[in-house]
Amino acid sequence: MIRVQNVTKRFGDFAALHGIDLEVRPGEFIALLGPSGSGKTTLLRIIAGLEFQDSGQVLFSGEDVSDRKVADRHVGFVFQHYALFRHMTVADNVAFGLTVRKRRDRPSRAAIAARAEELLRLVQLDGLGDRYPAQLSGGQRQRVALARALAIEPRLLLLDEPFGALDAKVRKDLRRWLRELHKQMGLTSVFVTHDQEEALELADRVVVMNNGVIEQVGTPEEIYMHPATPFVSHFVGETNRIPAGPASGGARDEVHFRPHDVEVVREGGEALLVDNVFRKGGAWRVEGALAEGGLIVEIDIDVAQPRPNPGETVLIRPVRSRVFNANPEGAQP
Amino acid sequence: MSRTLSRAKSWRQPSVLPGFGLTFGVTLAWLTLIVLVPLASIFIRSAGMGWSEFVAVGFSDRALAAYRVSFGTAAAAGLVNAVSGLLVAWVLVRYAFPGKRVISALVDLPFALPTAVAGIALTALYAPTGWLGQFLEPLGLKVAFTPVGIVVALVFIGLPFVVRSVEPVLADLGRDVEEAAATLGATRLQTFRRVIVPAIAPALLTGFALAFARGVGEYGSVIFIAGNMPGKTEIAPLLIVTQLEQYAYAGATAIATVMMLASFLILLVINLIQAASRRRMGA
Repeated sequence: MIRVQNVTKRFGDFAALHGIDLEVRPGEFIALLGPSGSGKTTLLRIIAGLEFQDSGQVLFSGEDVSDRKVADRHVGFVFQHYALFRHMTVADNVAFGLTVRKRRDRPSRAAIAARAEELLRLVQLDGLGDRYPAQLSGGQRQRVALARALAIEPRLLLLDEPFGALDAKVRKDLRRWLRELHKQMGLTSVFVTHDQEEALELADRVVVMNNGVIEQVGTPEEIYMHPATPFVSHFVGETNRIPAGPASGGARDEVHFRPHDVEVVREGGEALLVDNVFRKGGAWRVEGALAEGGLIVEIDIDVAQPRPNPGETVLIRPVRSRVFNANPEGAQP
Repeated sequence: MSRTLSRAKSWRQPSVLPGFGLTFGVTLAWLTLIVLVPLASIFIRSAGMGWSEFVAVGFSDRALAAYRVSFGTAAAAGLVNAVSGLLVAWVLVRYAFPGKRVISALVDLPFALPTAVAGIALTALYAPTGWLGQFLEPLGLKVAFTPVGIVVALVFIGLPFVVRSVEPVLADLGRDVEEAAATLGATRLQTFRRVIVPAIAPALLTGFALAFARGVGEYGSVIFIAGNMPGKTEIAPLLIVTQLEQYAYAGATAIATVMMLASFLILLVINLIQAASRRRMGA
């Protein structure tokens, strides 16, 4: 069990993390999701020991490792740009963590070579051990970085934007494969991403961060269906936001609803002036402005229904929506 | 015919900029004019004196001692610079501090300073009565007028070469590689020895080669501090000048020819080592 308790970190005047509490259970796959500057990478680096918190503790299996250096924490870390050793072969890269062990803990040369070979087979790069990193594709380098991190049999695997530098197709394949590997090896992993799709697809639990605080922790289903704050509702998945009711005082409550949580009705709905319509998967994506207030709204209509034309007015009614208080702390589902 | 064409193509990489023939021709003509012709004239001059006379002058005891002093001190200074220059480059790349630009400009100063000025300044410092010399003398350390003095002068002259060669490579290396080594359990020393040094070795070797080559040819700063005792602290360039002053042009070119060949061989070997290590890294 990895536990982060009340961790705070400042860089000069900038508060990167404010009182972060987080638990990672054994075998879990956790995503730290947030926009850039939200503190997600800082949190990952503090767990690894690459950065040190100003206050609070990091506990590994109940043991406080806050003051322990990165080399003694025994975590695998996969860097955003892989950080492979360019002058070493792929096999030497993978074996590095074993060859730097103290002599009495170090396996024999043959055992290290066999282990490197085994790991390369695991990441489906067998036979490429003699190559240099410069001779590999981006996806292959990524897998070398992963094999290198796994070689030390880490108690925790940390990945910083693991798919950030790859093109869409490779990213998708690698994502599925990593998910499999995580299950198969019984790893405990935490990865950082700004891509909500990636977080929702891969993670057992998603930690949504913004401005140095955790907005919500939950399963992908909970995060998507029951966002706890307006930020989560807006950042994860597509959301329409319209003010609720007439203005009362300065601040107004907001109604949030997903494009697909809307139905077209014959009467009693809000009038939507259709501006643009295109096909999005199994639905018509309709973009338009509300007749009342002129707010831009996007909705999805099943393709079985007639396609609305630009210039028409349709009546819509959200079937599921959430109201958030103007005060962002007090959210109502 | 077609075979020669395809072979010619194999080492001509396609480029968006045309004109391989033109640029290659200009390169060769330029190198010939600037480098080859003057060097060839040295060969031709020394070739006029006959083999036995060439050996007698070019490999005299005094000349051999001068080569030893020149190459030995240049190599020692190159090594000192490889270590200290790496340190300076490291500090300039990795840390932000007030006055960084001033320090960076200071590094280049030995390039610009007339070497005689450096020689006089160093001699004044290290002479037995000088600012530093007076403290070193009682400790039994003689710097001025010994080979150590020559090394000091050459270290001064050669520092910028190492710093400027290593700096861009170090900047490019990135901190994440060091961090990766640390997460894998490497100690600081292991990270330095196994990750950083191999990555910057080609650049370090370049810096060393440049500093060494400059040291072998250096004249202005050395003659003041060296004392110029034949067989002990007399450098080969000085021996050449001495020959010239006696109007022994053939003798001067003989010594120059030997130095040139030796320097060329050493630099060639260094270049080959670099090419091999560059190829490995796929750069």
